[in-house]
Amino acid sequence: MSEISEYKGVWVLCEHRRGIIQPVTYELLGKARELADKLGCEVSCLLLGVKVKDKAQELIHRQADKVYVVDDPRIEHVLEEPYTRIVSDLIRKHRPEILLLPATSLGRSLSSRLAVELKAGLTADCIGLDINLEDRCLLQTKPVFGGTIMTTIVSRTHRPQMATVRPKAMKEGVCDPQRKGVVEVLELQESFFSSRVKVLDVVDEVASTIYIMDANVIVSGGRGMVKAENFKMLEDLAKVLNGAVGASRAAVDEQWIPYSHQVGQTGKTVCPKIYIACGISGQIQHLVGMQSSDTIIAINKDPSAPIFKVANYGIVGDVFDIVPRLTKRFQEDL
Amino acid sequence: MNIIVCIKQVPDTADIKIDPVAKRLLREGIKSMINPFDMYAIEEGLRLKEKLGGKVTALTMGPPQAESALREAVSLGCDEAILISDGAFTGSDTLATSYALSCAIKKIKDYDMIFCGKQSLDGDTAHVGPGIAGHLNIPQIVNVRKIQDIKEGRVTAHRMTEYGYDVLEAELPCLLTVVKDINVPRLPSLKGKMKAKSTAITVWKAADIQAEENRIGAKGSATEVWKVTTSPARPQGKIFEGEGAVDQLVLTLKGLMK
Repeated sequence: MSEISEYKGVWVLCEHRRGIIQPVTYELLGKARELADKLGCEVSCLLLGVKVKDKAQELIHRQADKVYVVDDPRIEHVLEEPYTRIVSDLIRKHRPEILLLPATSLGRSLSSRLAVELKAGLTADCIGLDINLEDRCLLQTKPVFGGTIMTTIVSRTHRPQMATVRPKAMKEGVCDPQRKGVVEVLELQESFFSSRVKVLDVVDEVASTIYIMDANVIVSGGRGMVKAENFKMLEDLAKVLNGAVGASRAAVDEQWIPYSHQVGQTGKTVCPKIYIACGISGQIQHLVGMQSSDTIIAINKDPSAPIFKVANYGIVGDVFDIVPRLTKRFQEDL
Repeated sequence: MNIIVCIKQVPDTADIKIDPVAKRLLREGIKSMINPFDMYAIEEGLRLKEKLGGKVTALTMGPPQAESALREAVSLGCDEAILISDGAFTGSDTLATSYALSCAIKKIKDYDMIFCGKQSLDGDTAHVGPGIAGHLNIPQIVNVRKIQDIKEGRVTAHRMTEYGYDVLEAELPCLLTVVKDINVPRLPSLKGKMKAKSTAITVWKAADIQAEENRIGAKGSATEVWKVTTSPARPQGKIFEGEGAVDQLVLTLKGLMK
């Protein structure tokens, strides 16, 4: 292995959806810029996909100094084997000291395979990143047990230092259309693209255009919603607030709403600006999935429900009365 | 179809206590359980075995007491159980853990599929499954919510994404990590519980699985814990009451959304 001091630069893997750059990429670039300025080095971004070439400038405007592009129909979909081969080859060539990836489902899966390939240190789902100026080490802070404990991890002896970063945890890189940078488009040999996994179909099924992981506002329902039809009123409220609908495990197990909406221990961990819990009692298994939200609002008829212990604001009352009134008020005002 | 299910023993969520001084999880006297996502991995392994024949081996790495998690796996229907346990594994990060598990899997040798839960409750990384696949150089499909088909040395599965799902086909042997949507785990039968008591748990040390000394434990880890802090408790919330409650909440929400 090369000397640690030979590794320089902060790299970001761009996440996009059919060529549309996802907000988490801008958040990673914003953080990468800050880290690179502390270290006195450049920010590079890896852009992999098909028909993505013309998006490179957008990444430069958002603070990348250099963009490596692999634009090839054979990597239209994220598959771990070709992605690992392509990214690890670039890393061995250019030796960045830090590589940031989004802590999305595919970012996490890819990052681990990549870390094994590179024998690099990897920290999952970071919400804080900083540099220890004494030794240039990346301080990687991640919540454990739903945020009851925060752990800061370092990788002193291995490079690159890899971290996946939770969406919405960092500020987006400032957009400056005047920024200039270098774009390098790579042509790779056939052998990079082979995969023992093939994509047969890609199915979109999230009804709204706002995904629960990206939402600033989540309106969530639990057992207190009583039946599937009542989730309509949560959708209505989410819609006026420009948010997404979540659910507790109880509601998902009753099949009132699909599993992809489940928040908590066996579902998703979310941290929106505002989390509105409707008819959710607040079992610990639910709380670990949402208690790092900026503001929690609880609406529940039981004043002793544990959800009120984590809520910043609450109303003790009937969700079927309160939720439609909230929706109406926002419809009138907006 | 020979199936390996990798499981982890974790502290029971409902029973988590933190030492306020040392800022560490208190492990003593804490109830433990099989990591919730791993229950779905066990169930899926058992269902495939029942359909296609073969056997299911439960595998875990941990201290000697992790044996109880393996016995629970046997009570559910797993045929064999292997614990890799050695002081030399202490301090393993996900790189070293996935390496050690891959060494054990190489020793088991004869397998078609490996199942893992999507992620563990305590580490919360989702790294170990894909890491094992990387060490073994086999394909992986993560976040599987449905196995559509297995034939001619290939598995077709639905990979859950942020937006819906992808239908993927992979060559066997393959590693799959599973989410809750894939099945409803069974409860142990009385017969299973009896079997769990009498089944011998195989224990392998680092040397038994030819794990290289400098690739396991703290020595083989690429990361280390620098600092642990507890999050500040959330401040006491405000409850809006009476007729004006909705108005007050609307005002508050508007303030927050600015």
